[in-house]
Amino acid sequence: MSENLIRALEMLGQGMLGIFVVLGIIALLVVLMQKLDGKK
Amino acid sequence: MDFSFLWQGLLSITWQQMVMYIIGGLLIYLAIEKGFEPALLMPMGFGAILVNLPLSGVIDQFSAGVGETHGIIQWLFEVGIEASEAMPLLLFIGIGAMIDFGPLLANPKLFLCGAAAQAGIFLTIIIAVMLGFDLKDAASIGIIGAADGPTSLLVSQTLKSNFVGAIAVAAYSYMALVPIIQPFAIKLVTTKKDRAMKMPYKPQGVTRKMRILFPVVVTVIAGLVAPASVALVGFLMFGNLIRECGVLSTLSNTAQNDLANLITLLLGITISFSMKADQFVRPETFMIMGLGLVAFILDSVVGVLFVKVLNIFTPNNKINPMVGAAGISAFPMSSRVIEKLGQEADSQNHLLMHAIAANVSGQIASVVAGGVVLQYFANLV
Repeated sequence: MSENLIRALEMLGQGMLGIFVVLGIIALLVVLMQKLDGKK
Repeated sequence: MDFSFLWQGLLSITWQQMVMYIIGGLLIYLAIEKGFEPALLMPMGFGAILVNLPLSGVIDQFSAGVGETHGIIQWLFEVGIEASEAMPLLLFIGIGAMIDFGPLLANPKLFLCGAAAQAGIFLTIIIAVMLGFDLKDAASIGIIGAADGPTSLLVSQTLKSNFVGAIAVAAYSYMALVPIIQPFAIKLVTTKKDRAMKMPYKPQGVTRKMRILFPVVVTVIAGLVAPASVALVGFLMFGNLIRECGVLSTLSNTAQNDLANLITLLLGITISFSMKADQFVRPETFMIMGLGLVAFILDSVVGVLFVKVLNIFTPNNKINPMVGAAGISAFPMSSRVIEKLGQEADSQNHLLMHAIAANVSGQIASVVAGGVVLQYFANLV
């Protein structure tokens, strides 16, 4: 496998992980904020 | 008297420049007659003609008698895009001010749809590498799948891709073609029963405090995980904070209308600098147009398949699989496509608000995707 292909696969792994982590954390914080608002 | 100056320009035209006049004319036709992203394709089409006129005064030229002269389009490109990426970034302030994240905040589960639908970017990068493109060019081509013109432009320009012009044309053309591309892609991986699946819409009040905190939280989290995304996400969220803070309504209106219109007015004609015949008329341009289409299709397909898998784990709170395809950033075209397909399958099926939520999630995810791609190269030793 060429070096560029390995890097492209690495980019797929890191990229999708990064996007899911960012959006996942934001989603969890939004849920948390909703819960905190609901309690008040 | 020597009249040769009258046909000097005519005799200097190359066949590649002739091709660019046809492409320019085609873009103008698509913009005016078909209504495909006219605000960008029309200036790009006209600009493609301007920069390809022999000895064109809109780009820098050197002549023996006068010396070097500077051209306005080249100057706009060098200052507004090449030096600082200012134009696409400033446009993000306007876009951020236009977006209402309320439907997404009411249903945060749909954040995941935006994330999943970015897979087409990375799958296309792999295909582009396999076709022989250099890694940076492949990444720039893949980012067409962000379905977000300014992000494509910024990433390809930052990575100094050799194909900025073709990437910009592909990104904006396919965004305009979402109503044609997405129904085809969605129908590949859904049944009529899938498309007819109803989702109850329970409008939930989203507090002002949450709307104000949201852009700040998104910027900080994206910045911590992918620092290279800060410019993209930060300007998008700055625009949104102006909209939501409630005390800057005049600035919000200016960002949504005047600023966005001014930048758009100049952006198309500025991008045309990268459509010079010698850079544009080559076989790779056709490959890039094909790969851009592949990226849009893969985004939509992966978005749908992701929701189908998600539904297995949440049987009591299922999402219509088509909503996953709205996770691409092409807003609001993609939402409209989902609503239309839902109603075709069942006239009582209303998916618009869910699709809008996934769609605005895609807007955030696409700029984060641009950031993580840049981050990957920043971390390369």
